[in-house]
Amino acid sequence: MQSAWSLLSFGPAGWGDEILAGVGVTLALALATLPVGLTIGFFVAMAKQAEEPSIRLAGNIYTTIFRGLPELLTLFIVFFGAQIGIQQLVGLFGVHRVIEVNAFVSGMIALGVVFSSYASEVFLSAFRAIPKGQYEGGYAIGLSYAKTMRFVVLPQLIRIALPGLANLWLILLKDTALVSAVGLSDILRQTGIAARVTKHAFLFFGVACLVYLVLAILSSIAIGRISDWAHKSQAAR
Amino acid sequence: MSTLANEIVDRPPDLARPWTRTRIVGAVLVGFWALVILGLAWWLIAAWNPDLFDKYAPKYLSGLWVTIKLVTLSIVFGAALSVPVAAARMSKNPLFAWPAYAYVYFFRGTPLLAQTFLVYYGLGEFSAELDAVGLWSFFRDAWVCGLFAFTLNTAAYQAEILKGAIESVPRGQWEAASAVGLSRTQTMWKIILPQALIVALRPYGNEIILMIKGSAIVAIITVYDLMGETRRAYSRSFDFQTYIWAALIYLSIVEALRHIWDAFERRITRHLKR
Repeated sequence: MQSAWSLLSFGPAGWGDEILAGVGVTLALALATLPVGLTIGFFVAMAKQAEEPSIRLAGNIYTTIFRGLPELLTLFIVFFGAQIGIQQLVGLFGVHRVIEVNAFVSGMIALGVVFSSYASEVFLSAFRAIPKGQYEGGYAIGLSYAKTMRFVVLPQLIRIALPGLANLWLILLKDTALVSAVGLSDILRQTGIAARVTKHAFLFFGVACLVYLVLAILSSIAIGRISDWAHKSQAAR
Repeated sequence: MSTLANEIVDRPPDLARPWTRTRIVGAVLVGFWALVILGLAWWLIAAWNPDLFDKYAPKYLSGLWVTIKLVTLSIVFGAALSVPVAAARMSKNPLFAWPAYAYVYFFRGTPLLAQTFLVYYGLGEFSAELDAVGLWSFFRDAWVCGLFAFTLNTAAYQAEILKGAIESVPRGQWEAASAVGLSRTQTMWKIILPQALIVALRPYGNEIILMIKGSAIVAIITVYDLMGETRRAYSRSFDFQTYIWAALIYLSIVEALRHIWDAFERRITRHLKR
């Protein structure tokens, strides 16, 4: 019977280094998904507040689909769908073999579309919170649409959208756990392997939960910093 | 006479809708979705396989029933559990407030999947102890473990919703109630909760939708809910339409619930409309 500390130690006897590698994979996946999700989410929000009704419709279809599907199902559809799709595509060129799709990339795509559909709602409500006069003011001093966006609207948008986006980041961090189901060696998979080998399931899954908690706490601290930075430029009242 | 005049009046011509760039972009985007949806429909019709349907449709139905039971029970049990948690969270006594805060923080800060694993695999480590108190046969069942984990998880979220809603009612309501001589219990039931529940309605609806979507993960701990049946059907038939059908079912449940909830909210807040 090994003690908990020797089980969690680093080195060949303990599982500490394996779990740490899992933390790295989880963080890498979340950090890689974030810019993808933010970018798509921003453009979908732009689409949903366009004057042209057909663009609005296209944006709304996107959010309806990806907010309505379970994240796990989206992941499986991307993972197996990409596998089948690529196999058939390659089959057209006469190559017939089993192709494994990268779990990291599928996770990134699946979590990215889910994140972006929620982020688009956050951006949309932030857009609506910015008065029309801000745009008009920008045009009045001769800024182009792009420059009005960049220098007038975006700085305020970030400030308004930040709490909602911070929430989505924490959700994203938790959702990365799902990718362990398609074989990515993240925190949950590594602790799961450790649990199966050592038969100390409660210890290892408890550790996994604590690691996620620590990541959430660290994120909150970082978000606080970002929020301070974003509010620095706000005029004092 | 006036009707006649109305009929022959010259109406202004419809405003011209020129094909501007945004309109072309919009048409392309909508066209893309139309293609995707039509393509999917065409593919589902082309790939229609009566054997597959006969074999798996009853299984999907039973899986759907498992999902509905799981979500309904965990939401109801979670709601019951969330009341004391929310009360403790709002208590001024740190002996109540801190454990409740830690509970909520833990369950909201960790993935539902990790919590489910902790219950399903982790409690197995204590099978001897659980057997001694007669709970082992209970926690050996994956479905019960899923229900237990989901209940604890949604209780934490619902406690926060309840707390936020109760705190959103202005203090003046409490003061006015005590000024007209209502007791604290009466104030809570007759003054505070009716107002708080209106605020809580939307977050509760979102929580139910999140639970429906989240319940798919019980498939990983071998419960044959809708997702579990889908995975089994796919692993046996290698037919990708199994996943597409599951997606359509989940999507229609979530959309239906969203619309029902919207109608419910409109109905219940009709006295607030101006």
